[in-house]
Amino acid sequence: METNIGELKKIAKLIREDIIKTGRDCDVGVHLGGNLTIAEIMAVLFFGVANLDPTNVNWKDRDRIILSKGHGNVALSSAMARRGFFPLAELEKFDTFNSMLSMHIDKHRMPGVEISSGSLGHGLNIAVGAALGARMDHAQWKTYCVISDGELMEGSTWEALMSAGHFKLENLTAIVDRNGFTIEGDTEECMRLEPLAAKFEAFNWFVIEVDGHDIEELINAFEAPSGDHKPKMIIANTVKGRGIPSLEGKASSHFFKIDADEANDALAIIEAEK
Amino acid sequence: MKDQNKTQSPLVGLASRKAFGKVIVELADQNMDIVATTADLTDSVQLGGFQEKFPDRFVNFGVAEQNMMGAAAGLTLAGKIPFVCTYAIFSALRACEQMRTDVAYNGLPVKIVSSHGGISFGVAGATHQAIEDIGIYRGIAGMTVLVPADAVETAIIIRAAVKLPGPVYVRLNRITEKTVYTNEFDYQIGKPDLLREGEDILLIATGAQVGEAIDAAILLSGAGINAGVLNISSIKPIDQKAVVEILKKYPAVLTVEQHSVINGLGSAVAEIIAENNLDIRFMRHGLMDIFTTSGPYKDLLQYYQLDPEGIQEVVLRFLD
Repeated sequence: METNIGELKKIAKLIREDIIKTGRDCDVGVHLGGNLTIAEIMAVLFFGVANLDPTNVNWKDRDRIILSKGHGNVALSSAMARRGFFPLAELEKFDTFNSMLSMHIDKHRMPGVEISSGSLGHGLNIAVGAALGARMDHAQWKTYCVISDGELMEGSTWEALMSAGHFKLENLTAIVDRNGFTIEGDTEECMRLEPLAAKFEAFNWFVIEVDGHDIEELINAFEAPSGDHKPKMIIANTVKGRGIPSLEGKASSHFFKIDADEANDALAIIEAEK
Repeated sequence: MKDQNKTQSPLVGLASRKAFGKVIVELADQNMDIVATTADLTDSVQLGGFQEKFPDRFVNFGVAEQNMMGAAAGLTLAGKIPFVCTYAIFSALRACEQMRTDVAYNGLPVKIVSSHGGISFGVAGATHQAIEDIGIYRGIAGMTVLVPADAVETAIIIRAAVKLPGPVYVRLNRITEKTVYTNEFDYQIGKPDLLREGEDILLIATGAQVGEAIDAAILLSGAGINAGVLNISSIKPIDQKAVVEILKKYPAVLTVEQHSVINGLGSAVAEIIAENNLDIRFMRHGLMDIFTTSGPYKDLLQYYQLDPEGIQEVVLRFLD
């Protein structure tokens, strides 16, 4: 893959800036914590890995990207806008009445998005179906599904995991945003998930664990062959609220409206890193 | 039985689910996008023939209905027309949120064909009998809800369902329904079918109860009551205007369904009567806000007064 690491880093920073600005300007707040975790994942998927054509969203051979954690729609919207699916100005209307972009994903309002999502524990099942459909057609396109660690508490997600391993869906890659928090706090206190990698392996997935904020590690993970026709699970270790120092690694970053001063401080730090 | 004056369809006398098993193979032969899925109930939902002929377009998800329903939504992202086939109770309840949010909210062409509707799996009891499914599906925006009366109407309805661009729910049965139609006809979704004209009361039925209602009307004629019978197989949408025109000719109407009287056919008809200010005596007959017991199907029909004799008794009490 011809990928410019530096370019992807820049895009991830732009996505992070878009998230912070949206969190500042929106009506009641956004899921800042769990959007800031996936800035790099979205940058790599939309600008590095996936085969997409924003001018032809119904292109049969496009890769399918499913954001199961639909509350990550600020990061997704930013990535899709910057990839050319719709104007970036739409982000300024985020969560306004009947806007194209909102807290959770509405396929009917958001051009080019594959599926509406928001309720947890749905996306990976949908991704399994897409991957099965591609295989029936002997098609080359791939399915990518980003899930949260919280939705690993939903039984439906484990049904999907079991079936993807059983069906040997090598055309499916899932990325778990392992930020370690649900809305209330530490996932391990809420409902223990570990040992996650061993669980996925036991469900017949090929598992790679990476720093979810490291572009290079993410790209290498996407490129690594899974072998033995296994679906691939990338455990992306991330920091909730990444980019806003006062909130990093805190459950309180889950959903809120950031005030202008704090937003400006965070934006200044990102700017300085450029 | 409706006299359609032609050589009869080879499907006559089959259970609705068996007719489905034959028609789905025929349709899949013509339409390469059709995919069939089940959750460890291949034979129960009569997909054996499909699996044998199209093994690459058949998916058994194991005992995991939520995954099957969600994956069906995903299959449409690959351009497929998936049939989701399990018992009515499991598609409506276990996989309810996937049906509502993944399939219906996205407006996807998933065809949910459920067998073992109503009390048709009698001995299995309340865990396996579906008496809330119609109400659940009817409340979902964009969902078309079709309940065929017998094998022949099943075939017509499945053909119509494939042509619709959105999601469809079709409720079938385990048992062999009484024959209502002997030949396929020009089916229009939403249109009610007046099977028998009457004067004193109109029996409105759906699914397996259509045949029972016809036999009840015959019994009632012996008791001096001239009962009409209307088949509403399309619970949603309903051609309200057509129903109102028929209702206007009757002083009384009784709905008869193998479903809770809450949220099913009876409720749909009550809405039409109320919103059109019809001056008509009205009563719902079905399962009266209860959990059902278990036993052979025929015994249950009798117990819940859903057989011809029971319906007759309910009518006589109602008109008394």
